[in-house]
Amino acid sequence: MKDQTIKSVLIVGSGAIKIGEAGEFDYSTSQAIKALKEEGVRTIVVNPNIATVHTDEKFADKVYSVPIRTDYLEQIIADEKPDGILLGFGGQTALNCGMELAEEGTLDKYNVRVLGTGIRSIEMADNRELFKQTMLEKGIPVPKSGKASTVEAALVVAGSIGYPVIVRVAYTLGGQGSGVAHNDKELREIARKGLSYSRIRQVLVEEYLDHWKEIEYEVMRDKDDNCTIVCNMENFDPMGIHTGDSIVVAPSQTLTNREYNLLRETGQNVVRVLEIVGECNIQFALNPQSEEYRVIEVNSRLSRSSALASKATGYPIAYLAAKLALGYTLPELSNRITGVTIACFEPSLDYIVVKMPRWDFQKFANASHEIGTQMRSVGEVMAVGTCFEEALQKAVRMLDLGRELTDTEGLARSTKRLQEELKHPTDQRIFYVAKAIQSKIGIEEITKLTGIDKWFLEKIMGIVDFDKQLRREKISPDIVRRAKQLGFSDRKISEATNRSEENIRKYRLANGIVPCSKQIDTLAAEWPAKTNYLYLTYGGTQDDIQYPGQNSLIVLGSGCYRIGSSVEFDWCCVNMGVALRKEGREVIMINCNPETVSTDFDILDKLYFEELTFERVLDIIEKEQPDGVVVSVGGQIPNSLAKRLAPYASILGSSPDSIDSAEDRSKFSRLLDRLRIEQPRWSRLETLGQAEKFSESIGYPVLIRPSYVLSGSAMNVAYDKSQLVGYIRQAAKISKKHPVVISKFFAGAREVEVDAVGDGTSVFIGSIIEHVENAGVHSGDATMSIPTLTISEHVKDRIRDYSRRIARSLRIRGPFNIQFLVKNQHVLVIECNLRASRSMPFVSKTIGVNLMELAARAMLGQKVEDTEGTPGSWCVKAPQFSFMRIDKADPVLGVEMVSTGEVACFGTSFDDAFVKAYIASNYYLPQPGDGVLVTMAKTRKEILPYARMLADNGYRLFATRHTGEEFSENGIESRTLYKVSERKKPNIIDSIINKDVKLVINIPTSNGDITSQKILRDEYMIRRKATEYGIPVITNIELAKTIIESLTRRNGSRERAASGVLASQQSSVANSGPKNIEKITIPATA
Amino acid sequence: MEENGKHAVLALEDGTILYGRGFGAEAQVTGEVVFNTSMFGYPELLTDPSYYDQIVVMTYPIIGSYGVPKHSIQDKHGLPLHFESDSIKVKGYAVHTLSSPSHWASEMPLNEWLEKEHVPGIQGIDTRSITKKLRVNGTMLGFLKVSSSEPDRDQIKREISRLEDPNQLDLVGRVTASEPVSYENGPSAPVVVLVDCGTKYGILRNLLGTGATVIRVPYNYSADKILDYEPSGVVISNGPGDPSKCTNTINSTKELMKTDLPIMGICLGTQILALATGAETYKLKFGHRAVNHPCLDLKTGRCFITTQNHGYAIKSGSLDETGFEPSHLNANDKTIEGIRHRNRRVFGVQWHPESAPGPYDTRFLFDEFMQAVTGR
Repeated sequence: MKDQTIKSVLIVGSGAIKIGEAGEFDYSTSQAIKALKEEGVRTIVVNPNIATVHTDEKFADKVYSVPIRTDYLEQIIADEKPDGILLGFGGQTALNCGMELAEEGTLDKYNVRVLGTGIRSIEMADNRELFKQTMLEKGIPVPKSGKASTVEAALVVAGSIGYPVIVRVAYTLGGQGSGVAHNDKELREIARKGLSYSRIRQVLVEEYLDHWKEIEYEVMRDKDDNCTIVCNMENFDPMGIHTGDSIVVAPSQTLTNREYNLLRETGQNVVRVLEIVGECNIQFALNPQSEEYRVIEVNSRLSRSSALASKATGYPIAYLAAKLALGYTLPELSNRITGVTIACFEPSLDYIVVKMPRWDFQKFANASHEIGTQMRSVGEVMAVGTCFEEALQKAVRMLDLGRELTDTEGLARSTKRLQEELKHPTDQRIFYVAKAIQSKIGIEEITKLTGIDKWFLEKIMGIVDFDKQLRREKISPDIVRRAKQLGFSDRKISEATNRSEENIRKYRLANGIVPCSKQIDTLAAEWPAKTNYLYLTYGGTQDDIQYPGQNSLIVLGSGCYRIGSSVEFDWCCVNMGVALRKEGREVIMINCNPETVSTDFDILDKLYFEELTFERVLDIIEKEQPDGVVVSVGGQIPNSLAKRLAPYASILGSSPDSIDSAEDRSKFSRLLDRLRIEQPRWSRLETLGQAEKFSESIGYPVLIRPSYVLSGSAMNVAYDKSQLVGYIRQAAKISKKHPVVISKFFAGAREVEVDAVGDGTSVFIGSIIEHVENAGVHSGDATMSIPTLTISEHVKDRIRDYSRRIARSLRIRGPFNIQFLVKNQHVLVIECNLRASRSMPFVSKTIGVNLMELAARAMLGQKVEDTEGTPGSWCVKAPQFSFMRIDKADPVLGVEMVSTGEVACFGTSFDDAFVKAYIASNYYLPQPGDGVLVTMAKTRKEILPYARMLADNGYRLFATRHTGEEFSENGIESRTLYKVSERKKPNIIDSIINKDVKLVINIPTSNGDITSQKILRDEYMIRRKATEYGIPVITNIELAKTIIESLTRRNGSRERAASGVLASQQSSVANSGPKNIEKITIPATA
Repeated sequence: MEENGKHAVLALEDGTILYGRGFGAEAQVTGEVVFNTSMFGYPELLTDPSYYDQIVVMTYPIIGSYGVPKHSIQDKHGLPLHFESDSIKVKGYAVHTLSSPSHWASEMPLNEWLEKEHVPGIQGIDTRSITKKLRVNGTMLGFLKVSSSEPDRDQIKREISRLEDPNQLDLVGRVTASEPVSYENGPSAPVVVLVDCGTKYGILRNLLGTGATVIRVPYNYSADKILDYEPSGVVISNGPGDPSKCTNTINSTKELMKTDLPIMGICLGTQILALATGAETYKLKFGHRAVNHPCLDLKTGRCFITTQNHGYAIKSGSLDETGFEPSHLNANDKTIEGIRHRNRRVFGVQWHPESAPGPYDTRFLFDEFMQAVTGR
């Protein structure tokens, strides 16, 4: 039974989305809050990830949007006096922070109990050496290994095991810092990096089980030792590729009953030895030629895999794990899907699930595209089908790469290159596997090169062969039905048969070839299920539920997380859905991302875990016959479906024509002209000559947006003609078919955004937001402030006026975002999007008004007030980068977005909010006495006063030779460090490695003033090394100035956690917005 | 997907007719149609004698992925590790999709095995919809035919109209050992007699694993003949069909209950223990056939995940005068899953502690039994 002494619980979140720690923890934490609230437990959440659902006022009783760091946690514990703390729901970040709290004695001091899996267990699972000893003592096989605290020690261990070896790092997320070494030289490099990442400066050198099967088990255990397996999963990509970067299927496909149960029993033994209470993920390596196996890793907490397992089975792992943490046992809890059976069972699937990762390497300059033992993917999708082929092809489409499994055009062709690609996989892995099969490389050889089991390859061969058959044979109902069962889209069938996609759809419908809906019910139909958790398949003949629905509305989700579209859009989707539901509508969600709250099966009325393609959405529309479809809250994917869906369903909110008028550059430009609103000059060019001429006429610098990109990022700024020509020639195409848009780029302009909601006439402006950085940094990477910093009231009035006029003329009904440039009191409009924006959760939480609730009501025809939100306090949003995870990526900011996540913190002043936000996004902000390296070419003069501020406040300045000379000419003391190319000591790289330097300020030399390639290379080396060693790099001048100002102004004083409470939960905030939470009195801030 | 151009039809007594693609043997069979929700373990399942005469529908849609393991993979007693008897006992097999195999231990594809053992199979049907039908209407009789020519609708209708319930037959008599078989475990090993009502090899493997010598005897062996072996304990095995048809075994069990021998019943064996002491059994609506059923130990509150394969159960309340009390309940439908004698070392469980396929959670029951045996 529940422990009645637990009245309030502190839940530690995972912070910003980064590679290895993404939206899955929004899901797990929101489940935990739900489970606790049902028990009447007061919940306090600490998480600066403002875009998450679980940090909404409607979830936890109190939300602290502050850094996940022990000093903040201690303040909160002292203020809130929780009875217990949950560490297992916020990923490795929460676990590590909890361990530190325990080590520092804070938990004991305030008498806070760690609920669920205890500190000792966490340590046993996370400390590799301790883990190994514990397992060996119990006779559980683990890989041969030895720990090392120095590079030399690592070499000795490798000598005793024999190469290849894998280097693993204690206490990191997503396998950060790990790698495979085949010889001493490789080991030296990997071990050195690994040691620097480790919190305890320790790596493990381990037997490398290359190409063994990688199998995962998700295990639940309660305090009475009841123990069940929720799900087992098999990695399509064997050992050697991180499970986060592997295609994964559930359940396992190639294991015998004996193998399955051998691992299952071992898994149970492991959790018993570790005394897990809650949930645990166990990874096994299984020899593909025998029953030999090893336990590879244990995650003693909720994980990406557990979120996937929950979605794959319908078993709410996190929710139940929270109940177990409160003292319940598994048999005491019910299976919410059936309502009659209990939670102590093992789900049986009657479908197959395929998870597929998505990488975004192309966003990064210089980045390596290779995949391996470190996780590098930024998102994932999950597809459900009745056969592997169907689920696999669905999954590829869900990635939204504009490409299907058999679309292998453009890949290398020579057998040698194909073999190379198979042996050294990149983000193109699955397409190269298909290509290799198309190119008649034998299955045996592919297995040998990749380690992928023949079972999977034969299924892909089936798809490839059928693709050929489809092209060869005459269309018939039988062949189309077979194609659909194997997961082919109408588009692929239309290509193969030289018909239009619409024609194939008509053909299908005429021949009764339609998918049917099936429930994901945890028990393979053995018991009646009350669930509306659904998928569609061609592998069946009967729908599981009755159609059509009643009075229903469909909300299209945001799909796979990627750079540029992440948890913020899921927040918008969930809040939109919940708000529509509040208005009495049945709300149906369509989404395919297992890391989201929107795919929690009981958050809305119905969930289709499905593709967000035109074809599939229309399939669902035809079944459900909804009153309307919301396309404007899931980011670009659903937005781009608006026009095609419009003939089939009513699009809720702004009309598809209005959306088009804002998205079509020419139409929008004409609209602005008509409204007499200024915009940067632009043109669409079809030849290089035209491009040069136009750029000349508007004057450099110019912003280039090609419609077809060959390599590198999609947007770029050219400062002169040679750059313009160079960029277009190297990276893009220019032709009539692929025009390039060139627009005036304003150096030194401020960038301002408006997030608002319209009802067709009136506009509620959520907030005017100002970027800290000047225009030129992508809005997703910019530091944002509410209220604005430098914008005059006069200019703000103009911005308000423009926003309202644009909204009225486009009859915007629902959420929209407009981006402005402000230079010398001029206001120019850059773009307007008739959909929810990335910053809407940030704005909503800052002003205490949920923009999605307003938008939902506006879409249903209600009025919004023609007013503006009032911020409760300062709030600053900062980006989270994952450069460290992307090998060779240059950590510079530019017009392409490269951040993977964001945080936002509230404060009593800008400095308070700003400093907290940067700490929360995992920047180490230096203290007086710390070393700061400043190196820059052109902008040196600008930084001088700031360098002086640093020196005056006791920071130790380091500089490169020229920068140092300039400092000394101006009476600023600094120590010179030499660049690598100067071959002199003390050298910058050494200072980075031994952490003499704690912050690097490098304003990159733009390509425009290249004096030599060497300078560019040197600067890149500095930035990259600093990134690899976890030292923050500031590459933007305004940001550098702001950081220095904030740091020096706040020298000595400490940020208070209390000022970081969600605006609407702060007692001091007076606001007019809708609220449904109880006001809580908090102590006054320092 | 394997294609061999065979036609197949599965028809149920309620008139449902499903057309699919055939695999395995060209044959026509009738039997009780039941579903199983296990996602793996089809070699064990197909050879489990408790499925004798049944047409089994798999809810997991991809079957055959690891082929048919080599029969030569055996333990030291010569018992194959991946099979539960010497041949396929299931009468007909219905799956959503038959998969080609990939596994080091495989010696042939599933299709080939079924063909060799003259068992027909159907694939390409909506197995979930059949499962739902069986769940709602209860277990039904059915007809499965695999042929090279298209099935004849009239013939199907005729076949459905004359389906006979195999539970009226003495199914156990067809799967029991024809004569005693001895599995030695050294001269000083305690002797356990296993009354073979259609035992799974798993029971043998587990008993032998505890160190006992096992003598497997036919189901109709009298108590005297059993006692002639001077056993230290008796196990009554699982088996197919209606337990009340096993009058011989029930009678010999009555006699054995008069001794103070430790007795363990498994599945049908447990029902026989109950019937022998005056309790009643009844047919479940659609049976328990899965590897994920939670069973609650009524004494400790502990919950175990169990392998189940039974169509009958002990009537709750009917144990009162028998000396037995319920020891375990199925946590899902609250049916009796285990009984324990109040003052004798006799117990039985409805599930399969030997698993195969399924979880190893309750293998300790064999140890408990052997403790009773050796503590004598």
